[in-house]
Amino acid sequence: MAAIEVNGKSYEVDEEGYLEDLTTWVPEIADVMAGIDDTKLDENHWEVINFLREYYEEYQIAPAVRVLTKAIGKKLGKDKGNSKYLYELFPYGPGKQACKYAGLPKPTGCV
Amino acid sequence: MADFEIPELNEYTVIPKLKEGTMAHSSPFIAKAKFQEPLGFPGELVDNWEEAVLTKMDDLRSRYRGFQVFLDSCVKCGACTDKCHYYLGTKDPKNMPVARQDLLRKVYRRYRTFAGKFFGALGIPGFVGAADLNKEVLDDWYSYFHQCSQCRRCSVFCPYGIDTAEISMAARDIMDTIGMGQKYCNEIIGKAQTIGNNLGLPQPALVDTLEGLEEEVEEDTGVAVKFPIDQKGADILLITPSADFFAEPHVDGLIGYAKVFHEAGVSWTMSSHASEAANFGMFIGSYDNMRKLSLRIRKAALDLGVKRIVFGECGHAWRVAYSFLNTLAGPFDFLDQNYPIPQHICEFTYDLIQKGGLKLDKSENDHMTLTFHDSCNVARASNMGNKPGGQIDIPRAVIKAVCNNYVDMPADTIGEATFCCGGGGGLLTDDLMEVRVKGAQPRMEAYKSVVDNHGVTNLAAICAICKAQFTKVLPYYNFGMTDIVSVHQLVGDAIILTGSEDDVDNDASNNSNEQ
Repeated sequence: MAAIEVNGKSYEVDEEGYLEDLTTWVPEIADVMAGIDDTKLDENHWEVINFLREYYEEYQIAPAVRVLTKAIGKKLGKDKGNSKYLYELFPYGPGKQACKYAGLPKPTGCV
Repeated sequence: MADFEIPELNEYTVIPKLKEGTMAHSSPFIAKAKFQEPLGFPGELVDNWEEAVLTKMDDLRSRYRGFQVFLDSCVKCGACTDKCHYYLGTKDPKNMPVARQDLLRKVYRRYRTFAGKFFGALGIPGFVGAADLNKEVLDDWYSYFHQCSQCRRCSVFCPYGIDTAEISMAARDIMDTIGMGQKYCNEIIGKAQTIGNNLGLPQPALVDTLEGLEEEVEEDTGVAVKFPIDQKGADILLITPSADFFAEPHVDGLIGYAKVFHEAGVSWTMSSHASEAANFGMFIGSYDNMRKLSLRIRKAALDLGVKRIVFGECGHAWRVAYSFLNTLAGPFDFLDQNYPIPQHICEFTYDLIQKGGLKLDKSENDHMTLTFHDSCNVARASNMGNKPGGQIDIPRAVIKAVCNNYVDMPADTIGEATFCCGGGGGLLTDDLMEVRVKGAQPRMEAYKSVVDNHGVTNLAAICAICKAQFTKVLPYYNFGMTDIVSVHQLVGDAIILTGSEDDVDNDASNNSNEQ
């Protein structure tokens, strides 16, 4: 089983680097995961990550792309409420990359 | 961008020189016990797996006559060798359809034919195209049967009609049975069987997502177009891939269906119990799992009391629906027999257009020049409408009714001879990105030819896998990820909704013309 080290503590991740137990998530995990992808998280990334976690807590699933873009548009301004902006923040795909940092399972299916 | 070589795009298909073993390293993640066991498969490789392979192979031979015939009838004529997009894109000879079939056939010949047993006992099974079963052979199976998208293009060119998809499905069924399943497919099947869809969207998330879409369409058009779910007594049950709720460009197709139903004035609903059209049970060749997923659709139709079932844009779902639904989950004697059971959304929209039931403004799509990517399972394993070839003609007729600019890709790359998107058959997973990108080469080549020669700007498709695959692979070939669109996105954008501002303007100008 693969694992990542965060603040001296070890967290299990699956083959693709997604956190195995999402209840163990702490914000530093997102920073470490981003570091592995050569990315540094700023407040805009955190808006997305925090929204993903809030949504997941309520619905047990990551939000659909239109739900996410709408929510981000409301928070950060209409010009940012679109997938183009989200892909700029998360070039590997907002669904998958942002979910990974947020400790959520990877969205599966024809996506 | 990638840690592998991206194939070049030529002006026309070039048959590459063989390069042995170029894709031998490609192998998807193996499913852990938590994904295997709920589907009725062992959690890990069983101890007596060699024996279990042969037992399962015998079982499949006894149940599927086609499988037995395909194992026996290949004459090595070579007609299939240059027909597979994975061979064309990877140059690996084991991606030639005949070579892929032979991975399984050589084991069948070794243990189940006289010649194989005789020369096998002499220690020279290869003399009659047979081979001993060992771990190396099994690993080859796992690698190369996950480099087949079961698109059936090779079978079109085989003089005996040998269908490599059937061999791949059988091989995956055998591997699941011995505890060597694929993570991507089996995790998804588990979610669809417990939650109702591949993504694992529970009912409250579906409701929230659909409410958001209602708001979005009303903001855009001023018309309250509904996206109903779990509404008892509706006439039509829409079964659509869950990617339509979740991803782009899929969701624009869903908006298109809703506008079509709205304008048709029919009552319709989706179901949270059967919130998935896709049936990955087919990809792993598992009849039992395919049936379980299909029975969810039957249950939803009965519980909601609908009269008709319509399928959204999903390629292999339409194969399962059109070809197998009745035997898997029928009889559907409780539905209205005056309509096709089931019906494809393209058939529904096409009929409505024929009857003049949609007000359309084609100029809404004038910023695009379209081409249509025939999805393999629709083109080669199903039909639409009431004449042969309807599955090829009807989606094009729908596009042409809503777009002014349309050009087909070269004839040997569309229709019955269509090239797969490269991501079908359970390969649409990040751990297979190399084979997906390379397998997309023939399609990208055909697309490039109409982009360069005819100014095509976008390609439309009616399959969730094709849409997701193109979104990912188009950029590898220097195209835009948003070049891929849903057919019903084009329809939805062209529809002038009754009572909308455009409709009122339209009527006013018509009236002034009359005066």
